[in-house]
Amino acid sequence: MAANDGVQDLHLVNLVKSFGDFVAVDDLTLTIPAGSFFALLGPSGCGKTTTLRMVAGLEDPTSGQIMLGSTDITNEKPYKRHVNTVFQSYALFPHLDIFENVAFGLRRRGIKDVTGPVNAMLDLVELGPMARRKPAQLSGGQQQRVAVARALINQPGVLLLDEPLGALDLKLRRQMQIELKRIQTEVGTTFVHVTHDQEEAMTMADTVAVMNKGRIEQMGAPVDIYELPRTAFVANFLGQSNTVAGTVSGRSGSDLVVNAYGASFTVPSARSTRQDGAILVGVRPEKLSVASAGGAVPDRSNRVTGKVTDASFTGVSTQYLVMTSWGDEWTVFEQNRSADILRPGDEVVMHWAPEHTFGLDVPSES
Amino acid sequence: MRWLRKNLIPIIGLLVLVYLFVPIAVVAILSFNKPDGKFNISWNQFSLDAWQNICGVPGVCGSFVTSIQIGLIATLVGTIFGTMIAFALVRYRFRGRSTTNLLIFLPMATPEVVLGSSLLALFLNLAFPLGFWTVTIAHIMFIISFVVVTVKARLQGMDPRLEEAARDLYADPTATFRYVTFPLVLPGILGAALLGFSLSFDDYIISAFNAGTLVTFPIYIWGAAQRGIPVQVNALATLVFVIALVTVVSVQIIGARRRRKMESAVGS
Amino acid sequence: MPALAPSAGGSAGVVVSGAAAQRRPRTAYLLLIPGIAWLTIFFVVPLISLFFTSLQAPTGKSGVYQPAFEVSNYLVAIQEYWPTFVKSFIYSGIATVLALVIAYPLAYFIAFRAGKWRALLLVLVVAPFFASFLLRTYAWRTILADEGFITSFFNALHLLPENRILNTPIAVVLGLTYNFLPFMILPLYAALERIDPRLIEAAGDLYASPFTGFRKVIWPLSLPGVVAGTLLTFIPASGDYINATLLGAPSDRMVGNAIQTNFLQFRDYPIASALSFILMAIILTVVFVYIRRAGTEDLV
Repeated sequence: MAANDGVQDLHLVNLVKSFGDFVAVDDLTLTIPAGSFFALLGPSGCGKTTTLRMVAGLEDPTSGQIMLGSTDITNEKPYKRHVNTVFQSYALFPHLDIFENVAFGLRRRGIKDVTGPVNAMLDLVELGPMARRKPAQLSGGQQQRVAVARALINQPGVLLLDEPLGALDLKLRRQMQIELKRIQTEVGTTFVHVTHDQEEAMTMADTVAVMNKGRIEQMGAPVDIYELPRTAFVANFLGQSNTVAGTVSGRSGSDLVVNAYGASFTVPSARSTRQDGAILVGVRPEKLSVASAGGAVPDRSNRVTGKVTDASFTGVSTQYLVMTSWGDEWTVFEQNRSADILRPGDEVVMHWAPEHTFGLDVPSES
Repeated sequence: MRWLRKNLIPIIGLLVLVYLFVPIAVVAILSFNKPDGKFNISWNQFSLDAWQNICGVPGVCGSFVTSIQIGLIATLVGTIFGTMIAFALVRYRFRGRSTTNLLIFLPMATPEVVLGSSLLALFLNLAFPLGFWTVTIAHIMFIISFVVVTVKARLQGMDPRLEEAARDLYADPTATFRYVTFPLVLPGILGAALLGFSLSFDDYIISAFNAGTLVTFPIYIWGAAQRGIPVQVNALATLVFVIALVTVVSVQIIGARRRRKMESAVGS
Repeated sequence: MPALAPSAGGSAGVVVSGAAAQRRPRTAYLLLIPGIAWLTIFFVVPLISLFFTSLQAPTGKSGVYQPAFEVSNYLVAIQEYWPTFVKSFIYSGIATVLALVIAYPLAYFIAFRAGKWRALLLVLVVAPFFASFLLRTYAWRTILADEGFITSFFNALHLLPENRILNTPIAVVLGLTYNFLPFMILPLYAALERIDPRLIEAAGDLYASPFTGFRKVIWPLSLPGVVAGTLLTFIPASGDYINATLLGAPSDRMVGNAIQTNFLQFRDYPIASALSFILMAIILTVVFVYIRRAGTEDLV
């Protein structure tokens, strides 16, 4: 095994993992570009951790292939793969000190002179003075950095991170997010980061893949998949969305015209996965403006009338809940630019620019 | 009165502890006794005779040594076998698991009289000569169960992710066992061995049934009980007790001190 | 410490993870063979052998028997020894109850009130194992001696039916209680230690007196420990003969004595074996019934 395989693309080809009748990973095909920070995002049980473990070699795929560059590593044992993992619970060896923990992989590979690399790595994660302590003597954040150092020192082709920040408190988590991003940029290794925290994924990753029930629903740069979700699941899992089901009634130039509950919406055709028939129209809460009913609303806006049921002032914004005429409650994040605050009971009209609308397939189950 | 109610539990608790130790204290005190007559039951006169002449009575030290020999062999074999079973039960899937568990549990639930007498029946039916090896065989038998239970608990308490981390870090199964699993289970194995040894050393009933003419330390004591137990026996038993107690307490204190040092050193 | 993330819906909680589970069971069998073989040969087979011995018939020569099917051995054994059985189970039953009553406060103390002394106290509970149990039992002959302080004290209160403690059933029961006390303390402690002390606080907050708090909260939650402790005490106590021999009169002999005498003195192996099996059968029945009942009692 070469000390440095060079960073290569990671390919997952038709990967399937089932446990009896339960299919955890359902025909996954995916390429993770070399040197990128890639996030696998999804709710518990969506298969993201299983996928990660298959890449690490800790689970055997039921079928499919895993390729690192042009090498097929599907059937390679984990201790032969040039892939390393940062575990959720860190899994530091309690009976070894920090130095030996970090040196573990090097020693198993037969490298004799470990002092230099280990000290360099400890400096990278800023834990130099702790070298001779035991894991139990370190705080959660420090343990996490040791886990990263222990994996990274082996210069793997891919570094896998299994929800590594889950156990940390908010402030520490934010700090570590920046840390990890810095390390990744400095070292240049491909990071695959599994998480259920969508804010974390969007902050850290170059590319985010949203997984649900064993499949990837959508993949792309954070801003792209956020602003243009392609499935109802992504629209609701990544941030929040307001949606209404309707029917495409016609076209107007490059836009679709959609009828829903007597109202008419303009949806740019390029921002819709459906071009006819039943369609789910959606818009993000922060794209909405609220005005008193009958107030001035820009032309061309899509609009929905309703009654305010709740108004929460959060400092940065005011969060409104508005009951629409068809019985759905919509959320609005209004920046506090004007002095008027609407109150529960007020009749209002929500409006937004059509280019912020997206159109989705109506989901089959509710 | 209030004070009594509030402290009732600790008082009773401590009384129970005292109760546990009273007989041991009696044994120790009587080791410094010069009995009036053959039976060392009531205090007569202070004397260090037994301690200075600890092997003075024929058979005492011989039986003591025999018990140690049996204990060492039985503990070694029993611990190895028991540890292997514990590993199989915790780390592998196989058919016959519940039968295995039952087989491990049953000896602990069987009265010693039955264990001893059934083994005797076997040896008699096979015309196998009774003595050192039959006793050792018997001891190995009951040590195995206790070792399995102890080591199994220790193994199950071990984070399975640690072995995964080892494999992730280029350790093949042998290296994983050698550098991660074994060091972490070792305290459990040692504890089980200690338990096994003390069970073997102190065993009377099973040994008595299967010893033939061999005399282990407990067998010697039992035989002497009718004729008068030599004071040397008290001295030896007290010696064993003190050494064992001091060892265990020291280990505890060292461990606690180490833990305290670690806790005070935790960084930000 | 965060809970381990389930690796996938189906395998959460399984100790044997992913690839390891696919290790050939052959290795498992290799690991099992030495120990299991040993237990089979030296535990199972002897019991079977014992069973056949219990059915053997005399040959006229002392100590020599021939294979047969003398079920009558069992009838003879029961006929002759049923009072001994009754006596044994009464003694071990009383000893078990006494042990429970004595052990509970200590176990409670160590679990809830001992704080940093806990480890040391547990060592002290186990320490008696390091001293020869024969000598410890024998020491009771000193403590309970007829001229001794304790016996004289109770005698003065006219509490002793035979004017002595030694060589009476009382001494035997006391000895049994003492010998198996650590076996009662440790499981009790283990169960009590698992109870969240805040439950007691919650009970108090909900107007329960300390006694009610104990009765309704702690006792039910400690039941698994109580069951384990009583079994670990009752089973060996029933078969014990050391206490009866050292501390009791000839009329206090227990089943264990009978088995031992028949085996080693009379060399009446069939009867001795029959007695062993009857003892085992009764114990297993008691255990079975007890576990069933204790299991449902939990819900009350």
